Amino acid sequence: MKMQKSEVRLMKGNEALAEAAIRAGLDAYFGYPITPQSEILEYFTEQIPKRHGVVLQAESEVASINMVYGAAGAGARVMTSSSSPGMSLMQEGISYIAAAELPCLLVNVVRGGPGLGTIQPSQGDYFQAVKGGGHGDYRLIVLAPSSVQEMCDFVFDAFKLAEKYRNPAMILTDGALGQMMEKVEFPEEGSLPHQVPDWATTGKKGRERNFITSLHMEPEKMEEINLHLQKKYKVIEENEVRFETFEIDDAEIVLVAFGLPARICQKAVELAREKGIKAGLVRPITLFPFPKKILSDLSKKIDHFLVIELNAGQMVEDVMLAANGKCPVHFKGRMGGMIIQPEEVLEEIEKIIQQPILQE
Amino acid sequence: MHITDEIIIAGFGGQGVLSMGKILAYAAMFENKETSWMPSYGPEMRGGTANCITIISEKKISSPVVSKFDSAIILNQPSLNKFEDHVKEHGFLFYEASTIINPPTREDIMIYKIAAIEEANKMGQKQISNMIMLGAFLEIKPLVKRESVLSALKKVLPERHHHLIAVNEQALLRGKELIEINYHVSV
Repeated sequence: MKMQKSEVRLMKGNEALAEAAIRAGLDAYFGYPITPQSEILEYFTEQIPKRHGVVLQAESEVASINMVYGAAGAGARVMTSSSSPGMSLMQEGISYIAAAELPCLLVNVVRGGPGLGTIQPSQGDYFQAVKGGGHGDYRLIVLAPSSVQEMCDFVFDAFKLAEKYRNPAMILTDGALGQMMEKVEFPEEGSLPHQVPDWATTGKKGRERNFITSLHMEPEKMEEINLHLQKKYKVIEENEVRFETFEIDDAEIVLVAFGLPARICQKAVELAREKGIKAGLVRPITLFPFPKKILSDLSKKIDHFLVIELNAGQMVEDVMLAANGKCPVHFKGRMGGMIIQPEEVLEEIEKIIQQPILQE
Repeated sequence: MHITDEIIIAGFGGQGVLSMGKILAYAAMFENKETSWMPSYGPEMRGGTANCITIISEKKISSPVVSKFDSAIILNQPSLNKFEDHVKEHGFLFYEASTIINPPTREDIMIYKIAAIEEANKMGQKQISNMIMLGAFLEIKPLVKRESVLSALKKVLPERHHHLIAVNEQALLRGKELIEINYHVSV
């Protein structure tokens, strides 16, 4: 469905995300403030009472995520947001929600860790977001925006995917994208219709009781649920992979980066091309499902992958799995809230292509 | 005129550094240009250092994070020390006269010294020195039109301060005049 867009506005990423959620027909938001995502709660607190839905500042992140669990079980379109330490507190509840197969939107505006860390941007929560995070075998659908426009658009996409697969979806972004301003066009309010699903616990009057739980004492039943979940994740992997490429056709070195660093890498590719270096870029948009195939295909024809992340090297492991030894996978990261500069990436590219390729 | 202008604006928190960048970004948006505004954000507010990168472009902006700038608007000494070397060759540097004791020394860039704080004090509104700087900047680098800047002011100033729009407009004009007087730029 092509959505009609309204006027262009200049907004912070966090505010754009919140406005998008309201326009996507959000029924309820539960959250607890933490920098650098507090604008989301602030925006909702100002706007939701004037428009529609519920906004509630809970007493903690643990309370927030369990309110999300309850509201999602009742069939509401619901979300929460936090930043790294707060997201860690939510992991138990997220595992329950994934096990109970409830749709909801989780937003992690990542800051530098580990620990309380800093309030500056980071991608240190990649593993937590794409490999489960809480206990047990489960997956979130993870979208990584790289612009304020995508901070808006991916809210709609995340709700669609979450509801299609009855699975929590996460927007994994960072403090810089949350705080920066860019132009954004919003879809019209009401363009994402929502009906209360028939599995929701809305009161059993006139029908059989709906029951939502993540507790199953018989191992046979629990394994059956696990098999069902794994089958669902497989379908998601087959159908929902999204990525973007830039200048890869004749590329000899391909950068892989998600979120804001992908744009920094795009600039680095431009700088490299000016110097005659055949560089390209793959930007995973969905981190789960991960764009394995394009990376696997590329690994057979390029000389190098260079993975750029704002962490100590997390997505690089997935790139290595996709490359499966077909070409070398290099890594450069910044940590603790530091942002990498395009020139730094270019330097890394030059260092790699100047190395003699060792033949076995 | 460059297709893309990457601008760093830096000074103390409370000097209106972030607002200047926002005004440029809004004005660019009103002219259907591409734009991004990236603040350095942190726990520090008034008194600490603050900066933002505003990019205005005719084409889609790849990285909103850059470390080399076409233009620098600098309102204190620590920021000058930090960013002077980050101005591109043949770039432009505007600095506030009274807060900067050790002036820039680069010879491969254009440098403009603006007595913005002194002028603002003369006008009886010391908060508008940032707009004097902005007026001077736009006189040399007319990236956006005056009307767009005025519309942008309405967006950036909270409504309770809208009575100050006129004085901000005067400040912009004063910045323009300072350039005309000191640097003999024909209009």
